[in-house]
Amino acid sequence: MYDLLIAPFADFEFMRRALVGAFALAIAGAPLGMFLILRRMALSGDAMAHAILPGAAIGYLVAGGVSATAMMLGGLAAGVVVAVGAGVVARATLLREDASLAGLYLVSLALGVTLVSLRGSNIDLLHVLFGNVLALDDQTLLLLASIATITLLGLAVLFRPLVMETLDPSFTQVATGAGAVTQFAFLALLVLNLVAGFQALGTLMSVGLMMLPALAARLWTQKLDAAIGLAALIGVASAYAGLVASYALSLPSGPTIVLAAGVVYFLSLIFGRAGGALRQLPKRRHLEA
Amino acid sequence: MGHDMTTALVLDDVTLGYDGHPAVHHLTGRFAAGSLTAVCGPNGAGKSTLIKALVGALKPIGGRIDRGGLDTRAMGYLPQAAEIDRSFPIDVFDFVALGRVRRTGLFGRIGAQDRHAVAEAISAVGLEGFEARQIGALSGGQTQRMLFARLMLQDAGVILLDEPFAAVDERTTGDLVDLIARWHAQGRTILAVLHDYALVRAHFPQALLLARECVAWGPAREALSAECLAKARRMSEAFDHHAAACERAA
Repeated sequence: MYDLLIAPFADFEFMRRALVGAFALAIAGAPLGMFLILRRMALSGDAMAHAILPGAAIGYLVAGGVSATAMMLGGLAAGVVVAVGAGVVARATLLREDASLAGLYLVSLALGVTLVSLRGSNIDLLHVLFGNVLALDDQTLLLLASIATITLLGLAVLFRPLVMETLDPSFTQVATGAGAVTQFAFLALLVLNLVAGFQALGTLMSVGLMMLPALAARLWTQKLDAAIGLAALIGVASAYAGLVASYALSLPSGPTIVLAAGVVYFLSLIFGRAGGALRQLPKRRHLEA
Repeated sequence: MGHDMTTALVLDDVTLGYDGHPAVHHLTGRFAAGSLTAVCGPNGAGKSTLIKALVGALKPIGGRIDRGGLDTRAMGYLPQAAEIDRSFPIDVFDFVALGRVRRTGLFGRIGAQDRHAVAEAISAVGLEGFEARQIGALSGGQTQRMLFARLMLQDAGVILLDEPFAAVDERTTGDLVDLIARWHAQGRTILAVLHDYALVRAHFPQALLLARECVAWGPAREALSAECLAKARRMSEAFDHHAAACERAA
């Protein structure tokens, strides 16, 4: 038992680093994922994650290799451009925001892969697409932890306006005047976390630890604070279980972590007490009032 | 037209619209302080547009709205129930408490005094016992009662209601009309978008009849006369989607 569950982390530093990095992602991602779901932006987050690739790729080309700082700065810039760009396209043309995001992210993904292939090896390309949670250096780990801290503090301040803005945007704009600022601050935190997720899980799965635990948790409770806490817990557990499984079975670690969260999600779909499939079956008994 | 103590809102040749297509044309007039006015008219007459402009959510294309220095955030606003995401996981108490946001601030604590005020508002609209209910589990009438409780907590001097009785049964409508009458007696200025002309004639002293421009504005019985209503219907049917630019003097 010890050999399976603890030894990999006791024996290998890269496993400990991977665990800490994934924990940071899971904890910061939980509240963001929950608000993405509530704001009906679950797919937008994923599209934006793909869209940061060309920025990271330019950072990669400039730095001449896989460099956390350069790729983060490039990714941040690209994330902001895409978030603002999608909004502008939606406002200035016939296309809605989801359609304009779809257009932007496909082009971004193709451009990013092309840019990396210009100079890099296939290994580098794989790293960019799927991340490498087992190769987190000091700098990257510090980055992930800082982003998680900023996110949690930011959301603590932003919580009430964000709830109001999601629940009833026109009332919020009239009663507080803080609607647009809230939306922007939320998007900024989102882009930060996409860049963080990109480092560990790659551009294709960077929202894995953000969305899957939040989706699963949403099926268990109607209380927002409880759902966010549960999502963080599921994320942390998935990160641990995924790393253990990938070590024991020699599976790629990033996808295994996301798969672990996927298992929880599917179980929740069936058994979730606040909206799982079994709960939706016709009930034999109902309350009197 | 000037602004004085007896006037809450002044509209000076106001034109409102989206993408340059006006929804309300050249509207001029005033809402007296402490007045209770029903805003009526056919679908697409610009009623909700007018409310949105009055609360500052929509900038006029032309003309001027004078609120006498009143901050739009201090206005009570009841959006159409359809604009609220009822699947959001929040209970009735927390939802109503958001009406205190000007006192608690966006970040401040909700103290014992606030909780007391929230409980009072919930009981005033007849929703005691529903505090812990999820908002998605409420009926249409209960949702509207909840929105009135939130509005009550805003304690606003000027209150704007956008279709407060849409899809609400008779008894709930009666209770809510009583609440509006009480606010009116307290000297608040109230505007409500309404479709039920009998209700307006019975409970609202003033009425503004819109059909993309002002058809009639004055005592409810006169503004909603058969003649005025027929005129409003004609005007809304004559609307041209490919209208040329308006040449009327601004």
